[in-house]
Amino acid sequence: MVPLNWYMWLGAVVFSVGMFGFLTRRNVIIMFLSIELMLNGVNISLVALSHYMQDLRGQVLTLFIIAVAAAEAAIGLAIVIAMFRNRQTVHVDEIKEMKG
Amino acid sequence: MNMPDLQPLMPEIVFLGLALFVLLAELFIKSKETIGLMVIVSVAATAYMIPQSFGVTFSGMFISDGYSSFFKFIFLLNLILTILISIQYIQIERAEFGEYYTVLMFSTLGMMIMASAGDLIVLYLGLELMALSTYILAGFIRHDARSTESALKYFLLGAFSSAILLYGIMLLYGLTGTTDIMKLSSLLMKNGMRLQSIFAIVMVMVAFGFKIALVPFHMWAPDVYEGAPTSITAFMSVGPKAAGFAVIGRVFLTGLEGFSADWRLLLVVLSIATMAVGNIIAIQQHNLKRMLAYSSIAHAGYAVLGVIAGNTEGLSATMNYLLIYAFMNIGAFSVLVLLRNEQERIETLEQIKGLARNHPFASALMLIFMFSLTGIPPTAGFVGKFFLFRALVYSGYTWLAVVAVVFSAISAYFYLRVVMYMYMYEPEEGVTQDISTAAPLGLALLITSLMVIAIGIYPEPFVNFARLVVG
Amino acid sequence: MPGTYLPESYLPIFIFIIIATLFGLGALLIGEIVRLRRPYHEKLMPYESGIDPVGEPRVRFSIRFYVIAMLFVVFDVEAIFLYPWAVVFDKIGLYAFVEMVIFIIILFVGYIYAWKKDAFQWE
Repeated sequence: MVPLNWYMWLGAVVFSVGMFGFLTRRNVIIMFLSIELMLNGVNISLVALSHYMQDLRGQVLTLFIIAVAAAEAAIGLAIVIAMFRNRQTVHVDEIKEMKG
Repeated sequence: MNMPDLQPLMPEIVFLGLALFVLLAELFIKSKETIGLMVIVSVAATAYMIPQSFGVTFSGMFISDGYSSFFKFIFLLNLILTILISIQYIQIERAEFGEYYTVLMFSTLGMMIMASAGDLIVLYLGLELMALSTYILAGFIRHDARSTESALKYFLLGAFSSAILLYGIMLLYGLTGTTDIMKLSSLLMKNGMRLQSIFAIVMVMVAFGFKIALVPFHMWAPDVYEGAPTSITAFMSVGPKAAGFAVIGRVFLTGLEGFSADWRLLLVVLSIATMAVGNIIAIQQHNLKRMLAYSSIAHAGYAVLGVIAGNTEGLSATMNYLLIYAFMNIGAFSVLVLLRNEQERIETLEQIKGLARNHPFASALMLIFMFSLTGIPPTAGFVGKFFLFRALVYSGYTWLAVVAVVFSAISAYFYLRVVMYMYMYEPEEGVTQDISTAAPLGLALLITSLMVIAIGIYPEPFVNFARLVVG
Repeated sequence: MPGTYLPESYLPIFIFIIIATLFGLGALLIGEIVRLRRPYHEKLMPYESGIDPVGEPRVRFSIRFYVIAMLFVVFDVEAIFLYPWAVVFDKIGLYAFVEMVIFIIILFVGYIYAWKKDAFQWE
């Protein structure tokens, strides 16, 4: 018997780890991975809630999140490649043409 | 299983079909002008279908009403104007790919779905369709480091804010057991977990704060607006912002109305911060695109005021403001597009010194748009601000209206400085101020400037129209 | 029943994971304890067929890999919508079938697009 709270905590922890990673790491790819981690934290919580409430909506949303995350990954990587061709770096601190 | 009523969804279905058609047509048709024309025809067909589409379908997941239709007209208008100013511009930037038009259409489709979303799942899907397309557009000049940098920043912060939004949606779902926006408020009040509910509302608000660039979630906006192709800056400073407001209007004013005291307080703080930061930092900017980016942040701060007022009057004032903002902002960016010639980008204040001497007509247009952005009568910007502030005063926020007027006055400094540089200086040596001459761009400038003046002189039909669709 | 879900059937997998982890760690640990350690410069150098190493160890992959990978990710994940559809297919009938056909057509448009753009060409 696994209580709902455990899943919610797991989801929250995974989400927070992702958020922490996004805010502290400076490699674009790692930042992007962190966002995926945040999304998966949400997914865990959604599926758990959906199961405990016997309501399918949460799982439907999870499927959509997974699909959107894939599209997001494709676009994100494409942008990173375009960036790398122009700049030869994936480090956000070196990407600072514009500021002020 | 019964067939759901597809009538309310018809504009979106038609628009999607046409977008896919354009995607395929672009593979075979080489002339990009033809593609642009096809998009405009598609928009016309879609706009024609919107008034006949009213209704609720998919058990409340998709709502087509006057409110959503008003926003859809803004999005379609935004798309048409963007395409008119793009046709020659993307040739000059050597980014002339047919995908440009298709991706613009997909982005607009996402906005339309957002405006009609009656369910958080639909809302999320519309939002992502809009956002993912806009990331691509921001980086459309692939060989330009600034453009790809802007796409990267937009992408990272956009994806981050989506994740936060999803966490908020997850909490709302967990608290209520539904994702139906219309049922959220009563269910949240019923189960009484106030603290958790407010936490969820804050997360949703933060995410939308990112999308419409409210301070302190605005950090991405100046860089993204500066680096993106100018036509796309025009597009995304109007479309996604208006879509964000459409959603805020629906989610907060109907979905979370039980907590209006809480989120209203939050919005008041955000809006004051937004007006302050947007207007004050804009003063330091010498790059016009960057200045307009901060101005766009400030205008989001004004538009939020209508949501704070919260009644029909306030919401319709916000919608009106967004419509007016679409005309004047795209107009201002169109002038910047006009100033982009084969040799260089004319983007800084120094470069437009004495523009009035070389190009009196372009300068006059810029003058109109700058006056309108400041809110000087008889331009549309004045009308927009007037109704916003009036709605605010009527719902008891007189002090906030005063604050907004003060910041408007501050904004006059940097808007009118542009006019001063154009009219009161001699052109600098060595700066070629050639302007591009393209008929579609001229048409876009004609439409925007005429509308800015027309709404300024005779605002009644527009104001009444917005009031009608909300009420 | 909500709240009473106990994944008993996963118990063998759980035990298996523990044993696999212990086994792997144990092998590494024993090797670490038993083996001799006499490092010197040449030994620490990366081995490149006997000649001195040149350049970065990380080589760049052809850009084609990324394009293929991106296409794979997108089309692969879109397939997840087929699973819930297939599970309830016999209950929802023709309407759902038409809906899925439309979904596949939209995917197919994307496929044609990628094809015409030569995304599947390997040079």
